[in-house]
Amino acid sequence: MIDREQVLHVARLARLDLTKAEVERMASELSGVLDHIERIAELDLDHVEPTSHVVALENVLRPDEPRPSLPRERALADAPDATDSGFRVPSPGAVAADAS
Amino acid sequence: MSELVDLTAAQAAESVRAGDLSPAELLSAYRERAEADELGAFLWLPEDPPGAAGETVAGAPAAGDAPLAGVPLAVKDIFCVEGAPTTAASLILEGYRPPYTATAVERLAAAGAPMLGKTNMDEFAMGSSNENSAYAPVRNPWSVDRVPGGSSGGSAAAVAGGLAPWSIGTDTGGSIRQPASLCGLVGLKPTYGAVSRYGMIAFASSLDQCGPITRDVTDAALLLRHLVAGGRDPCDSTSVDFPEEIQLPSSERLDGLRVGVVSELSEASTIDTGVKAVFDATLERIEELGGGVEQISLPHSEHGLSAYYVLAPAEASANLSRYDGVRFGLRSGDGDLLSLYERTRADGFGDEVKRRIMLGTYALSSGYYEAYYGRAQRVRTKIAEDFRAAFERVDLVVTPTSPSVAFRLGERTADPMAMYMSDFCTVPMSLAGLPAISIPAGLSEGLPVGFQITGPAFSENRILAAAHALAQAIGFDSSPARGKAGAPAR
Repeated sequence: MIDREQVLHVARLARLDLTKAEVERMASELSGVLDHIERIAELDLDHVEPTSHVVALENVLRPDEPRPSLPRERALADAPDATDSGFRVPSPGAVAADAS
Repeated sequence: MSELVDLTAAQAAESVRAGDLSPAELLSAYRERAEADELGAFLWLPEDPPGAAGETVAGAPAAGDAPLAGVPLAVKDIFCVEGAPTTAASLILEGYRPPYTATAVERLAAAGAPMLGKTNMDEFAMGSSNENSAYAPVRNPWSVDRVPGGSSGGSAAAVAGGLAPWSIGTDTGGSIRQPASLCGLVGLKPTYGAVSRYGMIAFASSLDQCGPITRDVTDAALLLRHLVAGGRDPCDSTSVDFPEEIQLPSSERLDGLRVGVVSELSEASTIDTGVKAVFDATLERIEELGGGVEQISLPHSEHGLSAYYVLAPAEASANLSRYDGVRFGLRSGDGDLLSLYERTRADGFGDEVKRRIMLGTYALSSGYYEAYYGRAQRVRTKIAEDFRAAFERVDLVVTPTSPSVAFRLGERTADPMAMYMSDFCTVPMSLAGLPAISIPAGLSEGLPVGFQITGPAFSENRILAAAHALAQAIGFDSSPARGKAGAPAR
């Protein structure tokens, strides 16, 4: 089960501004899915190693050779708002205040 | 003209090589049909079709001389193509034109299959019906009030509806195999790592694989051959060299082949009776062809769905954090930076994507991580072990592909869990990273039923050979018009 408060907490973590209706609906829908998922709680999984990846690969390395990167103009071409040297965003001040 | 679009892709390539057909003629026939698309299969067609002048996206040799002979390819809109709108059927990528092309698209173009257009899909590949597209739902050519499946629903509908000779899609938990099943086509999810994911917009990186959706097994083998032929892609560190060349299948018998039927998946109450009947008839056919059929157990496979709906959303919640309104795509909000992030994501993502981001964020959040993510990763290990044990007894494992035939538009949109059940038989293979194919095996209620065949990692040649022999014996007609007009329902 997941309640309204938890939905709001998770939505903040996920940077999603949910409407009131979405919060209500999400609480009931996620609870339904979690009910199903929680069946794995019944399994005996002690001493079982977790799998994060199915291909047994060690670190994949390549020679550190200089090569051209994406030109700045091209990188900025899709930006919703850009100056000629970077992406323009509003002040992050409020985030700092929020985190303090 | 109708004869031309009845050819399989391999047959069309053969006609080009024989000089009976020009690549330009082929392209314009499909282009015309794609422009008249009433299924909602395509999201975008190029203004100047590549290949029209005998050139391909990647500047490959003139199409007619190339191995794929200029037979055009429908590409799921999850693949980045330089300069072409690439949306993943999401509003949040509106206006985005990638500065580079996905390796899969580049390799197929270089082999002579130029891109015909970008196909519709569930937003960010999340869905089993294509109703989660931000642009339009896709209709199933077998019955236009039914879904084509998802998430590669546009790719499947385009091929089944004769708007494209073949297509590529992506499969995370069944997104190639299930729409292929619902549209009467062949869909192959390769072994994880076999095909480069570079330029393929990420949903769940440890599961996502690109693969073909085609009218027959030979076409699937032909596309796969050229998807893996270039070997490991230095741009995708999880890609690997495929250990052998993909063969075009020719076998017509299954002598000596040991086939395992997964009781937990095939006997489950979620499998519709009509689907079960076609499945059982197909098992008899395997025996007629000389194969041996035995029951096997994958004890943890029925928990695959639970593990999948923790792991895939968890990875998605991390992958989709990049969509924040700063560097590309949609931007909303006029306050501070935090509200820019929150408003952009609220306006740009659809309901299902939000639901999965929430589910994944919750599963990874402090206090819940071990109970959900940690346990799901352990279930994943058990499922992979189950398969390893099974493949000591049998050569291939079979199940129905989808528990049901194509359902009606709107039928499952109100109940996420009902929609997720579509993936019941396909997620275990994804979690274990195994290759799996769906082939059409018959009809139920006049609609196609898919049969899934899976094998050990990198056993694609074995799977394709068996699928080919079985498909030859079944003789399924992939044309919805002829199929509905009275193909015998087996």
